[in-house]
Amino acid sequence: MMFFDQILQGIFLGAYYALIACGLSFLFGVMRIINLAHGSIAVLSAFLVLSLAEHFGISPFFALLLAVPVMAAAGFVLQRTILERSLRSGPLTPLLSTFGLAVVLDNSMFQSFGANTRSLAPNIGDLSFAGWSGPGGIEVGQLAVLTLVVAVALLSGLQALLTYTPLGRAIRACAEDPETAELVGIDARHVYAAATAIALVTVAIAGTFLAMRSTFDPYTGPTQLIFAFEAIVIGGTGSLWGTLIGGIVLGVAQNLGSQVSPQGFLIGGHLAFLLVLAARFALAGRDWRGWFGVRSRAVA
Amino acid sequence: MKGAKDCEGAPAVRRWSPLSIAAIGSLVALLALLAFGPAYLGSYLTDRLTTLFIYVIMASMWNALAGYGGLVSVGQQAFFGLGAYLAIRLSYAGVNVYLALVLAPLIVGLFSLPLSSFALRLRGGEFAIGMWVLAELAHLLVNLDGLVQGETGISLIAISAFAPDARRSYNYWLALGMMTLLVVLGFFLLRSRTGAAIQAIRDNEDAAASVGVRVFATKRLIFVLAAAGCAAAGSLMLSTLVSFQPKTYFSVQWTAYMLFMTLVGGLGTFEGPIVGAVLFFLVETMFADTGVWYLIGLGATALIFSLFVPRGIWGTISDRFGIQLMPVGYRLRFRVPSNAGATP
Repeated sequence: MMFFDQILQGIFLGAYYALIACGLSFLFGVMRIINLAHGSIAVLSAFLVLSLAEHFGISPFFALLLAVPVMAAAGFVLQRTILERSLRSGPLTPLLSTFGLAVVLDNSMFQSFGANTRSLAPNIGDLSFAGWSGPGGIEVGQLAVLTLVVAVALLSGLQALLTYTPLGRAIRACAEDPETAELVGIDARHVYAAATAIALVTVAIAGTFLAMRSTFDPYTGPTQLIFAFEAIVIGGTGSLWGTLIGGIVLGVAQNLGSQVSPQGFLIGGHLAFLLVLAARFALAGRDWRGWFGVRSRAVA
Repeated sequence: MKGAKDCEGAPAVRRWSPLSIAAIGSLVALLALLAFGPAYLGSYLTDRLTTLFIYVIMASMWNALAGYGGLVSVGQQAFFGLGAYLAIRLSYAGVNVYLALVLAPLIVGLFSLPLSSFALRLRGGEFAIGMWVLAELAHLLVNLDGLVQGETGISLIAISAFAPDARRSYNYWLALGMMTLLVVLGFFLLRSRTGAAIQAIRDNEDAAASVGVRVFATKRLIFVLAAAGCAAAGSLMLSTLVSFQPKTYFSVQWTAYMLFMTLVGGLGTFEGPIVGAVLFFLVETMFADTGVWYLIGLGATALIFSLFVPRGIWGTISDRFGIQLMPVGYRLRFRVPSNAGATP
C-alpha cells in the first residue's frame, strides 16, 4: 500500500511538472529554442503573484488573474528584445542569451526579495493541507488534485488552441517552416511574439502552483528548469500529452527514489531521465511524432 | 596550394605574420618572466595570478567546446567538481598531494571518454541542459561518499604539510604549468589537420561531414580535452582554497563565469578567452565585493554580448584589423604582380 501511495503521490507531483514543462515545450516546439531562463521566469511570476496577493490582500488565484496579462506582456517583450535577435544569430545564441538572462533574473530577485524562502501556502487557507482519505490510509490532497485538473485543462486548452484557432494554425505553420509561412501572408514575427506570450502565461500558472505547493527562493529557478526539461525529454520532445506522461514518470521516479535514501528523490529523477535517453538512443532512427503533427526536426 | 607560388598574381597562403611572430615571442618572454613570479611578486599577487591562470584554463576549455565544437554546455561544473573531488580522494588514499592534483584531471579525462558517447548524441539545447543534469547527478553522487560528509565538506589536509610560502609557490607553478600546457596543446591541436576539421565543424557541421570530416571523433576529442581541462581548473582551485564543499565546486556559477569570459573575449577565437579571462579577473578584483550587483552585471554583460557583440572583444578587433596574434588558421594575401602592366 505504501508503494501504491508513493506512485499516486508521484502522479500528482508529475502533474505539477507537466504544468512547469508545457511552456518550455511549447516554445521549443514553435521556435526550436530551449529557454534557459524558463525556471527563473517561473520563480519571477511566483514572486509577482505573492506580491500582488500580499499587497492587495487577495486570494492567489485572483492575483494570478492579474499576473496573467503582465506575464503575457513580458513574453511579448522577451520575444522582441532577446529571442528574436538570438534566433537570427545562429543556433547557439539563444542558449547563451537566455542563460545570461537567467543569471540576471535570479540575482535581481535576490536583490529585491532577499534570501528568505517564501510560500503561498499561508494564503490559500485549508487548500494547502486539506485532502480526502481513501481506503488503506491513502491521503489525496485537494491542492494535488487541483494541480492535476489544471494541468490537464491547460494542456487540452493548448491543444485546442493549436488545432482549432487561426492563431494556432499560424503557430503550427511557423513551427514547420517560417519562411514558407511568410509566403502565404503569416507574419512570423507576430506569431512568435504571441507564442512567447502564451508560453509565459503557462509559466505564470506554473509559478503560482510552485508557490502554493512548496517553498521557493530567488535561486529555485534552475532546479525547476531541470525538472521541466527532464519531463519533456522523458515524454518525448515536442509532444503535448507526452509532457504529462513525462512529468508523471519523473514524479514517480523521484518519489520511489526518496524511499531509498534522502538524496534518492533527485537521483531517482535524474536516473529515470538518463535511462529514457539511453533507450531513445538505442531506438534511434525511429522518429517521434510531435504535438504539431509534424516530424520533429533535428535541432542544430 | 604548392603550385600557387609559381604563378604570379596568385594569392599567397601564409600562417605567420611579423605581428604574430612578435606576439608569440613576447608571450614566450612573458611566460619566462612569470615562471619566476613567486620570487618577486609577493604573496598577494602570487595568489591572485594563480587564480587568473585557473580562469584562463576555464575560459579556453569552454571556448574549445562551444566556440569550436559548437557544444554549449551548462554542466562543465561537473568536471570542475569531479577534478577537485578526485584530488581529495587520491590524497586521502595516500597519494602525494601534488601528484593527486595532477592525476585527478587525467582520470576525469579518461572517465569522460565513455561519457562522451552518451552526451554527444544530444544536440543543441538538449546537450546544454543534459550536461547540467549530469553535473547535478555527479554532485549528488559525490555527496553519497562518506569521506566528503555531505555538504559539510572536507579539507585537503595533506597540503598543509607544506609551509604557506612554499605551498603558494607550488600552486602558482602548477597553475602556470597546466595553463601553459593546455593552451599550447590547444594551439598545436588547432594548427594540425584535426584543427582544420575542428574549425570546419565550427563553421558548418553538415558541410564538414560532407567533405569527409569525422565529426563525431573530432567532437569527442574536444569533449575529452574540455573535461580534463575543467577538472584541472577544479583541482587547482582546490589547491588554493584547500577546503572542498560539493555545493561550491558543483555550482553552475562556474559555467556562468566561463560563459562570461568566453563571450566577452570572443567565442570561437583562440585569443578571445584569454582576453576574456584577464577582463573577468580585473572585473572580479574591482567589483566582487558588490556581491549580487556584480553577478547581475556579469549576466547582463553576457546577455548583451551574445546579442550585440557575438564575436566578442577580440573577435571584433581581429575581424576589423585582420589581426591574428596566435595564428591557428591560414591567411590569403593577394599579391600584385611586380611587373604589373607587362604581358606575361
